[in-house]
Amino acid sequence: MTPAQWVRRLGFYVVIVLIAAFLAIPVLWLVFAPFDRAPTLTTSLPAWTLHNFATLADNPYALRSLGNSVLLAAGTMVLVTVLGALAAYALSRVRIPGRDGLLYALLLLSSIVTGTAAMVPIFLLVFQLNLIDSQLGVVLVLSGGLLPAAIFIMKDFMDTTPRSYEESARVFGAGPLQILRDVVVPVVRPGIATCAVWTVVQVWGNFLTPFILLRSPEKSPAAVVLYTFYTEGGQPNLGLISAFSLLYSVPVVAMYLFVNRRYGFRFHGGIKR
Amino acid sequence: MAQATSPPTDRDPGREPPRAAPGSEDAAGLGRVRASAFVVPSLLLVGVFLVFPAIWTIYLGLTNFRLTGTAAAHPKVVGLDNYASAVGDPDFRNALWLTLLYVLGSAVIGQSVLGFVVVWLMREAPRAVRTTVETLVMLAWILPSSVVSFLWIALLDRDAGTLNALLHTPGTAWLISHPLLSVIVFNTWRGTAFSMLLYSAALDGVPPSQLESARLAGASGWQQLRDVVFPHIRGHLLTNLLLISLWTFNDFTPYLITAGGPDGATETLPVFVYRTAISDGRLGFGSAISLLMLLINLVLAVGYLRLLWERRS
Repeated sequence: MTPAQWVRRLGFYVVIVLIAAFLAIPVLWLVFAPFDRAPTLTTSLPAWTLHNFATLADNPYALRSLGNSVLLAAGTMVLVTVLGALAAYALSRVRIPGRDGLLYALLLLSSIVTGTAAMVPIFLLVFQLNLIDSQLGVVLVLSGGLLPAAIFIMKDFMDTTPRSYEESARVFGAGPLQILRDVVVPVVRPGIATCAVWTVVQVWGNFLTPFILLRSPEKSPAAVVLYTFYTEGGQPNLGLISAFSLLYSVPVVAMYLFVNRRYGFRFHGGIKR
Repeated sequence: MAQATSPPTDRDPGREPPRAAPGSEDAAGLGRVRASAFVVPSLLLVGVFLVFPAIWTIYLGLTNFRLTGTAAAHPKVVGLDNYASAVGDPDFRNALWLTLLYVLGSAVIGQSVLGFVVVWLMREAPRAVRTTVETLVMLAWILPSSVVSFLWIALLDRDAGTLNALLHTPGTAWLISHPLLSVIVFNTWRGTAFSMLLYSAALDGVPPSQLESARLAGASGWQQLRDVVFPHIRGHLLTNLLLISLWTFNDFTPYLITAGGPDGATETLPVFVYRTAISDGRLGFGSAISLLMLLINLVLAVGYLRLLWERRS
């Protein structure tokens, strides 16, 4: 290597190290502090303990809020996946007049009417429906927002599935619903799974919708309860916050790794690789 | 296959399954009626919780609706008063300006540039380095917003923050002395993943032979970028800018770090709407601002869909 090339190589790695440091340093606290006997805000190697996780059990809201997160995520996931899969199948296989226009209109709508931009009318609607402080209200609002993209994702999958399976099942005399259950669902399972995981991740991290629509801390999901842990007055309990943050983060990281390994990362919603 | 789940008319043995043109075929014999029944529940949910709020806010923005008091029981139509008071409200103008800076700084410049730099550098990096950096970018993206917000509060803390320890700048309260810059850097860190994924996919579409011949012709790295890579990824670039601008414009996360403060210095439009409408109960006024946000979203989304449509056809 000539000296010029050597300097260039060095510069290349210096830039990479700087970028990696910028990316990694904020996360290190989440890795170390939960296991530290006396966590401070400064990132440092921990004096090893698992005591912080024990404090979670003593807090009346911590574990319960994770349960609430599971409830909201599962409820929304079931609603979005089931309704979305039915709609996606019908739109993929049956020529309904104005189908493409409908799909694009839905996609357009869901990217425009975000939980943030429509915060006020959604709040008022839920208020008028008497669903404030109800987890059902949160599930319905989130499902309405996620369904269009879910239909789009699953229709993409179904469009690439050959029709010949359904045709042969039909030749053997299976009825449409039977074909759906025994032929279509098993074939498009990866699409449904992707959509289900995507929905869970979206709901799991969502802060604004439950923050606005729920009042009681015992109904609030982890996103909101964690926020109240570090914003309520007095000295924040860093042992509790760090352990709780880690526990709350693990499921999304696990789901990401699962999807990444199983299917790789693909772009949905029309942006093709 | 023991159960007959369909009405007998569909199983009429005397009738061959109708064969339509390929591509439009109803392969399972669902029929229009049942197909519609499959679509209607989704449309109903989307109609009530997505379409209706968007339309309703047009009306609400013309009223003096409040959560409590007389205006709650008997809201009056006040015409364009809400819009007039928004234009005259320095807090609103401040929020609009901060939102513009936030979107330009963290999405258009921050995420987009960092995303591209990461993709460009990683082409030459060893596999282990590449995997590590990409994992870190993805991690920042997938962690829940309440978690990353607290991570950044800890990082930037005045007394015990890791940043001050690293830079030997004890006592610097970043969130008070540089609040907007702090949330811009935060959001750059948070959202680079999407740009990285998209540019990475875009660069795969650049023919290696063209890059190779440019290199043989003695083009520098910068010339290769400008003359070979950029013309190929222009569509992706535009798509990316529109989408990340749309998302950043609707981002509520700054609220989790600074709650709009200090003294409104990070009060972007979403935070402004939250404060005026939900905290202060001025729902009519908040609806008017909501409608403005929806219109801005509409402009960005229509731009995006047009690109999408062009690419597909």
